[in-house]
Amino acid sequence: MTDRAIVDGMSPPRFSVPLELRAVAITLALGAIGYTLFPEDLAFLTRLISITLLVLSLDLVTGYCGVATLGHAAIYGVSAYVVGNACLAGHSDPLLLLLVGAMAGAVMGLVSGVLVTRFKGLPQLVLSIAVGQLIAALANKLSSLTGGSDGLSGISPGRLFGVYAFDMYGRTGYVFSVAVLMVVFVVLLRIVHSPFGLLCQAIKDDSLRARMIGARVYPRLVLMYGVSGVVGGIGGALNAINTGVVGLDSVGFERSAEALVMLVLGGAGSLWGALIGSIVFQVFEHYVSAANPFHWMTMVGALLIAVVLFAPKGLVSLGGLLAGRTASVLRRRP
Amino acid sequence: MPATRLEVKGLSAGYGPTRVIDHMSFEVLPGGRLSILGRNGVGKTTLLASLMGLTTHHGGRVFLGEADLTDSRASTRARRGLGYVPQTRDIFRSLTVEENLVAGLKDRGREALDEIYVMFPRLAERRRHFGTQLSGGEQQMLSLARTLLGRPSVLLLDEPLEGLAPVICDQIMEIITALASSGEMTIVLVEQQIERALRFADHVMVVERGKAVWSGECSQLRDAPEMVDRLLGVGVH
Repeated sequence: MTDRAIVDGMSPPRFSVPLELRAVAITLALGAIGYTLFPEDLAFLTRLISITLLVLSLDLVTGYCGVATLGHAAIYGVSAYVVGNACLAGHSDPLLLLLVGAMAGAVMGLVSGVLVTRFKGLPQLVLSIAVGQLIAALANKLSSLTGGSDGLSGISPGRLFGVYAFDMYGRTGYVFSVAVLMVVFVVLLRIVHSPFGLLCQAIKDDSLRARMIGARVYPRLVLMYGVSGVVGGIGGALNAINTGVVGLDSVGFERSAEALVMLVLGGAGSLWGALIGSIVFQVFEHYVSAANPFHWMTMVGALLIAVVLFAPKGLVSLGGLLAGRTASVLRRRP
Repeated sequence: MPATRLEVKGLSAGYGPTRVIDHMSFEVLPGGRLSILGRNGVGKTTLLASLMGLTTHHGGRVFLGEADLTDSRASTRARRGLGYVPQTRDIFRSLTVEENLVAGLKDRGREALDEIYVMFPRLAERRRHFGTQLSGGEQQMLSLARTLLGRPSVLLLDEPLEGLAPVICDQIMEIITALASSGEMTIVLVEQQIERALRFADHVMVVERGKAVWSGECSQLRDAPEMVDRLLGVGVH
């Protein structure tokens, strides 16, 4: 066998077209399952999708780049406010609003990235919280733009493609959100497997090693923050478009912390982990809080402890763990 | 990137206030092969790390061709053409073999990977494995391959044969020799296996307590085992 034959005969790289198709199929399947099982609860599912985009956005900087942040909701919230204001100013096309949200998120992400990625460890975490708190305080003060504690209301997007109105049952919003999530997810798969994405993971592994192969660490982290901002901004835009209201909670510390919990639950450093974590957490929260409004947080805490103890790399690693255990049990059998 | 001259003038460097390399000067011509020999702990690794800008600079200058790299960061030095394969191999543990290589692609297309896989067929077979699942020799190959993807004009190799089986050492030396013979890069090799180091290089420099105590052509050392014994405390057989 010649060297050339060895190369040609090799299996395709880890990221190939089938993975993209798998992502499309899984996202559509999840969307269809949600629509079938919870047709009366589409508003919850659309909110779930917008928060999922925030968690995916957080995963890009925390899971893939190792940047510690507890202020990521600032990106999400600022975009939601910008989209809300754009809509109130008469720009009601949902696709245009989505673009506005993405751009606002990109700007917010780049600004946050420039500040936060200059540092490491605790100073980085504290700085991210400070950025988040600053934005939350501004949102409260600038009531002419944000509605203050009452929130920004009256956001009424136009028809999607000039045809589909955002109905009170939330069908248009839901289908729109699933499609946006699908597109974003596929694009993100491309990004994290690109040389740029892999170098970001290399920086997370060891920034000095990355420098030794010529990587400019800081600009790359800032750029990834910008990409993350686009994703978080799209999430914020979807939230504003679908709910018609943007409140202070969208920029609050709790939203950031919750997103981090969802990411850890699902598995940081994996887009699938971010997806699974946000779905499991929000479905759990939605139904358990309805069933037991007084103790649901205790149950969420117990779930988190169980996951951290038995699957420290998140729910996404459970499949591999179970497969490994099953294989070892089968091997032990005579 | 064509092979470039590496010139070091009066370099002093170390860790914080501690000076390990003391006023060292040498030059490697474009396409040249220099082996750096010395006992353990004399500063060979620190010298290469200093060339890469990873230590505290105390004095002297480092030139790559006409460019003065003394005040440049490690990433800039790498982009200017210095390739460094450290003793610790330094592969990215959370990435697979292929992902490690793709991370080092920079502006090159993925077809560059095919060239690397031709050079390192073993890596092609292990492309889906994570760095931690590789043997020492495979890790060394991966570290070398990733550095080569950056098309360095000067390659700094820090004990690439350390801890490897003789057959793997042969394979790696074969690759390094082929790279040197191509004339596309200048190579500086730090190695404890004196015989292999002398066979590979055209010039040799012996380091003792952070200073260059002897330098000359390899043949001078090969033909004078008593000098090797005096300088390095070992014989060449």
